[in-house]
Amino acid sequence: MTIDQEGPRTASQQRLNRGLRILCPNGHLGFAPTKLGSFRLGLAAEPDMVACDSGSCDCGPVPLGSDGSASPLAWQRHDIEAMLVGARQLNVPMMIGSAGDTGTNSRVDRYVGIVKELAREHGIPRFKLGYFYSELTKDAVRKRMEAGETVSGLDGRPDLTRAELEATDRIVAVAGVHPFIKLLDMGADVIIGGRSSDCAIFAAPAIRRGYPEALAYFYGKVMECASFCAEPYGGKESIIGEITKEDVKVTAMLPEQRCTVASVAAHSMYERSNPYYEYFLGGHIDMSQCVYEQWDERTARVTGPRFVPAKELRVKLEGAGKVGERYVGMAAVRDPYTISRIDEVIAWAKAAVRERFGESGYQLSYTVYGRDGILGDLEPLRDRPGHELCIVVQGVAPTKEIAEEVCMIGTRQMFYARLPNVKGTAGGVAFLLDEVMPASPAYRWTLNHTMRVNDPMELFPVHVTEAGI
Amino acid sequence: MGAAHSKPLTALAKTIRSKNAGVDKITFDVIFPDRASYDLVRKSGALSRAAVCRLYGIPDSRISDHVEFEPGLAIKFTIYRKVPSGSLGDPDIFGSQQYGPLLSIDVPLD
Repeated sequence: MTIDQEGPRTASQQRLNRGLRILCPNGHLGFAPTKLGSFRLGLAAEPDMVACDSGSCDCGPVPLGSDGSASPLAWQRHDIEAMLVGARQLNVPMMIGSAGDTGTNSRVDRYVGIVKELAREHGIPRFKLGYFYSELTKDAVRKRMEAGETVSGLDGRPDLTRAELEATDRIVAVAGVHPFIKLLDMGADVIIGGRSSDCAIFAAPAIRRGYPEALAYFYGKVMECASFCAEPYGGKESIIGEITKEDVKVTAMLPEQRCTVASVAAHSMYERSNPYYEYFLGGHIDMSQCVYEQWDERTARVTGPRFVPAKELRVKLEGAGKVGERYVGMAAVRDPYTISRIDEVIAWAKAAVRERFGESGYQLSYTVYGRDGILGDLEPLRDRPGHELCIVVQGVAPTKEIAEEVCMIGTRQMFYARLPNVKGTAGGVAFLLDEVMPASPAYRWTLNHTMRVNDPMELFPVHVTEAGI
Repeated sequence: MGAAHSKPLTALAKTIRSKNAGVDKITFDVIFPDRASYDLVRKSGALSRAAVCRLYGIPDSRISDHVEFEPGLAIKFTIYRKVPSGSLGDPDIFGSQQYGPLLSIDVPLD
């Protein structure tokens, strides 16, 4: 594996003269299985650490609100197994942040349990297993608000109100580098993190070894999505990143992939509103002066990020609250006249629900595929619907029984809608299923806020246990 | 505008995508293969703040960021969601199909 311009050397030779090198197998552990081929190539390059993130708020508010996972247990176990066995064989630390999609306490406990189980199964010699929690009770937030703290809204949200807090079921705080550094200091060989900034997982060991904060956080930012910073496009493949006092270099492990100036620069835009700034607990980095260079065939080099410390320590909070139980129905339309009057059909069905349940105490939502189902109010072609429509109906209410009936009336009554000049008088819509289906309860994001803390560790208790035989 | 005086954005850009940027925003990336295409589209105004607002039928206040990102040869803009990701009625939890209308943009050549 070549990582500089002086031609191929063995991994052991490289190790003598280099910075910190971390292998990242997956941008969201468990969400889709890690590709093991490039991961093994990464292990063969003898990294100093194996690390990745396992969380995201991309999968919507249901996993956090209901304290579940968006990823199946079997996939989480598969990915952890590859990392654990590989890292323990090399005798290098392994770190996972934002356990189980959400980083709640139950997800941390699940991952700690998986690590212990796998360590036993594989007969791995005894090692130190560190973990930290990120969950925050409503009570803790309420007390701070009562003491006069403002929980400030992000991304245009208003500041947190008591009502919005009470509508919340579960809250996680987003950790910075601090609990990872603390656990490394305590001698942990394997670390399972609660909710944390993606970049903190990689920045923590770099900062702990004395690399500049600006490069360390940038290093974390470029590493956190694994092969998403490489081309051609292909997820779930491994990359190795190296940080030195001067630069960050990132190399694709899959032989078909390369990290290029274009792919690494493009990744700095990915899923963030502004490509120049990355915020985390303790400050942000300014990437506007970054210089991207091609280092070798498969490696890009970056210099020039700047670290801006925060004037005040503010931790990001994520929270989700239950809206109600939910049922889903579907109906479809082929009659062009009915398509042109689909809003009247929906209004008819809504009126039937109102007649049965009144104006409030439930929610009823219609998504019209074939017209504006995907873009909603952003759809420029809303007045040019397709030749057929599918209408997805969601009924949400405090109990399953009411949700089912709301959804059933809201779906079936479209069949009976009365349009003045309709030719077809034997049923206004087509049903794939003449039933409504139970779905996950409806949740919503109630918190996307920040809260002041005095100490970056105060919300993130750390623990160390042992695993292996 | 005649065919000779414009070119489809899809013929000039190599990547046109949309994705969540947190739970309250969706971000759009249009990435070009070379500086010539990047400069052409940038200068044409086909992806300016105003053009994007017209295309999606939104007021300027819905746009949180609009950036010409030279290191990535990209034009990038971000909009506030009407409701947070995954709320009842949000049809695109990941925000990953919101780029559709960008594919129909014609870029004037003069």
